[in-house]
Amino acid sequence: MSKKKLTYSLNYRKPKAQYNSSDELMICIRYYHKCNTTNKTKVIKKSTGIKCKLNDWNSDWHKTPLRRPVKDTDPNHKKKNKLLKDQVKNFDFFDSSISSPNNNFSSALNSKLPVGSIDKKWINYKNSINLVSPANKRNIDVIVVGTGLAGGSAAATLAELGYNVKTFCFQDSPRRAHSIAAQGGINAAKNYQGDGDSTYRLFYDTVKGGDYRSREDNVYRLAEVSANIIDQCVAQGVPFARDYGGLLDNRSFGGVLVSRTFYAKGQTGQQLLLGAYSAMNRQIARGKIKMYNRHEMLDVVIVDGKARGIITRNLINGKIDRHSAHAVVIASGGYGNVFYLSTNAMGSNVTAAWKAHKRGAFFANPCFTQIHPTCIPVSGDHQSKLTLMSESLRNDGRIWVPKIIDDVVKIRNGNLSPTEISEENRDYFLERRYPAFGNLVPRDVASRAAKERCDAGFGINKTGEAVYLDFASAITRYGKEQALVNGQDESDKTNIEKLGKEIIKKKYGNLFQMYEKIVDQNPYETPMMIYPAVHYTMGGIWVDYNLMTTVPGLYAIGEANFSDHGANRLGASALMQGLADGYFVLPYTIGEYLSDEISTGPIPNDSEEFINAEKESIEKLDFFINNNGSKSVDYFHKKLGKIMWNKCGMARNKKDLELAITEISNLRNQFYKELKVPGDKNEFNEELAKAGRVADFLELGELFAKDALDREESCGGHFREEYQTKEGEATRKKEFQFVSAWEHIGEPKNAILHKEKLDYKNIEVKERSYK
Amino acid sequence: MKLKLKIWRQKNAKSKGKIVNYDIDNISPDMSFLEMLDVLNADLILKNDEPVSFDHDCREGICGSCSLFINGQAHGPDRLVTTCQLHMRKFNDGDTIYIEPFRAKAFPVIKDLVVDRSAFDRIQHAGGYISINTSGNTQDANSIPVNKNDADLAFDAATCIGCGACVATCKNSSAMLFVGAKVSQYSLLPQGQTEASRRVVNMVNQMDLEGFGNCSNTGACEVECPKGISLDNIARMNRDFIKAKISS
Repeated sequence: MSKKKLTYSLNYRKPKAQYNSSDELMICIRYYHKCNTTNKTKVIKKSTGIKCKLNDWNSDWHKTPLRRPVKDTDPNHKKKNKLLKDQVKNFDFFDSSISSPNNNFSSALNSKLPVGSIDKKWINYKNSINLVSPANKRNIDVIVVGTGLAGGSAAATLAELGYNVKTFCFQDSPRRAHSIAAQGGINAAKNYQGDGDSTYRLFYDTVKGGDYRSREDNVYRLAEVSANIIDQCVAQGVPFARDYGGLLDNRSFGGVLVSRTFYAKGQTGQQLLLGAYSAMNRQIARGKIKMYNRHEMLDVVIVDGKARGIITRNLINGKIDRHSAHAVVIASGGYGNVFYLSTNAMGSNVTAAWKAHKRGAFFANPCFTQIHPTCIPVSGDHQSKLTLMSESLRNDGRIWVPKIIDDVVKIRNGNLSPTEISEENRDYFLERRYPAFGNLVPRDVASRAAKERCDAGFGINKTGEAVYLDFASAITRYGKEQALVNGQDESDKTNIEKLGKEIIKKKYGNLFQMYEKIVDQNPYETPMMIYPAVHYTMGGIWVDYNLMTTVPGLYAIGEANFSDHGANRLGASALMQGLADGYFVLPYTIGEYLSDEISTGPIPNDSEEFINAEKESIEKLDFFINNNGSKSVDYFHKKLGKIMWNKCGMARNKKDLELAITEISNLRNQFYKELKVPGDKNEFNEELAKAGRVADFLELGELFAKDALDREESCGGHFREEYQTKEGEATRKKEFQFVSAWEHIGEPKNAILHKEKLDYKNIEVKERSYK
Repeated sequence: MKLKLKIWRQKNAKSKGKIVNYDIDNISPDMSFLEMLDVLNADLILKNDEPVSFDHDCREGICGSCSLFINGQAHGPDRLVTTCQLHMRKFNDGDTIYIEPFRAKAFPVIKDLVVDRSAFDRIQHAGGYISINTSGNTQDANSIPVNKNDADLAFDAATCIGCGACVATCKNSSAMLFVGAKVSQYSLLPQGQTEASRRVVNMVNQMDLEGFGNCSNTGACEVECPKGISLDNIARMNRDFIKAKISS
């Protein structure tokens, strides 16, 4: 039997003598636990979010068996005491989460999955969700942070339903959120091509693609609503690609054997985002959405254990504001920029999600990052970001490196052109290793295969970190088809090439143009050079089936949450998930929570919690402005990126990850000592905004490395060198079939792990093979 | 590469701005124009000077954040690119480069090279949408076939990134290309027909209210548009507008 002990204390922030007896202080609970194996006593300190007057405290309330700290002089004493009692009840959960690291699953995580057969769960659940009447919706405020596909679609739908919505984005317009840069397409189980697609197949492909690390019920729901998304977007005027019959066209993406991807050339994200933006515009015009452009969220405010608002900074004039609401939705996207170089936008950041985490939301699977195989390689130290070349290119492009190392050397020296290398001297390594899926293997597999070739010395550019993506055979194939259609000579090579290039231009014109502008080479004539780059983060804030975090009233949707993609996301599924969460899931599941809020009335924004959160935010800004350092924000961001890429990138190992944790922690200390932020806080100051974001990346990076260290297996985008087969394939472990949800306690390296067990009842867990 | 930069500096919306000279060295031709400005800013920060503010985000030519009037051209000398996709190889060693914000009455300067383009958002609020709620019960996406040519034209119009180069380039500071593109996208699709008349009238009215000028058909906007939005969209909008006015 392990020993349990529990004590309460007040959180003194200055010497005791300096307090008055009427001052209120936060109550903390300490859980003491003696571990059986190590015989060490662990202490978990947990703030209750409840305050107590020094007077009351001194009258020994905590020694009474009822343990009711808040006296009935407080109008909310019943609620507060109940909360505290619940926390004490949860003692056992915390206990189990630390007693033995390998097998126990935390019951602090209640994923609230509905019962019944999987294909009926969402329908039955929707039918049983508590509704809020239209008249009551008018009295309920919801804050949405972020206006990408998830945030934009959620804000529009919540406003259509009748809630009062406040929406925030750091860009100068909601239309500029980074969802706009998504290129290839959006999946939906429409089966328009009659190739045997179905809801189940989309569900199956997504769970398998995610390497059996995603939650079955969430993924099934996603597959179920996917078809509605396409209907909704077409009705909104999204100009998807069509064929001559006037019906919608589809293409294929990696990791699947059907064509279910809807697209609008290489700008699908743009078109879908503009669709969500137009739906928002309609609600802004009606006054149901209040839009705050160029506003950054600095903190989330928790009152009586519930998310009740946010603190923001106006990026034009530096004004700090307190915004209150009945619920807060985080839709701030992913954290790929922790690597400094990624395909994310310059402004993409983790701040909103990280602040939510620090206020009590568990952060799940931070180490699950997607490294996209087809990006334009890094050209030099000045580089500020990386550009993606859509996965759709792998429909027609073939990936290869030379077979002979001498050819590689000649290419690097500029003495040989890739087009001069004969077919038999080319190594189409994806087709060689994975004959069934060929060039369309999932992203994690393709990226690792490219890295393997480059590590072996076959990289074809000066840095040795690039492989070819070649369209020559597709150009010939399409050219011949077209010549046949036109009744032209099929042996006229110049004509065939011309016709083929026209087809390729129609399909991928904007991508080819983008490549040419950046690299200064014509990809119609010479093969593209590509290399993997950080693109998407599957990890994120832990959410239950309702998309609610571990903080009541705080929701996370889109890339900001963790739920649907497991350890690897399939192509064209990010757009699907963002819109599914925003249009079809959150607006309904949020009713379950808000139906209890109809008599709450407006949330005051002058409560102590708001004032304190605001004060903390201002203090942090003051610190940055007044810090007398000598190094810019980018200096630290680049250093962090290097640590992340080299030690937590495509291949990870125990030694490097342990080093990374120390290095990031040291870098963070250096950041606070040596940072220099020019200008003032009450003006447009991009360096100041960047400082706050990088400060949060410096904490997240540490948790990221800790999570990667803790997960002693390889799966999806997480590849541990210690756990691989002889052929270099990932070795998964059954005992790691869980979600790692981290609870914030002080420093990121002290975070406490909670495990959510993943059960697969509707799909057989198999070795993931694309051979 | 060594360059002389002449950059518009303006503390805030209320203060007066001026051109300030900067010399910059060691610029690689492979850098993008914004990366060149990053280098300048890193240098300014170390010298205790204030960095130059400019709008930017995705840096792959799709978000429409970056602007800049470079040597008298919106998004600089290259065609069909935004400033973030413009590379220094388009310039020569020793060049003098003038960098100014997008200028128009409806785009007030916020700071340095950053301007307020929220007038574009307000035009969209006036009618840049199809009035349909999210329900999950809309008709099947394939129930209305759309002529491929129309679908392609609607897509071409919809690729507008809302950067404002058309306004900055136009001698009248007209936003007709921007509004024309949005109106066209919807009027070319069957889904947008129901409220086509209302939409075009409301959007054009809002455009006038914001203080944008009129179109005098010089076609400069089409030349400078990083997405190659066609002037045909302005003609289509005018047609729709007249039709709506006559029938009302």
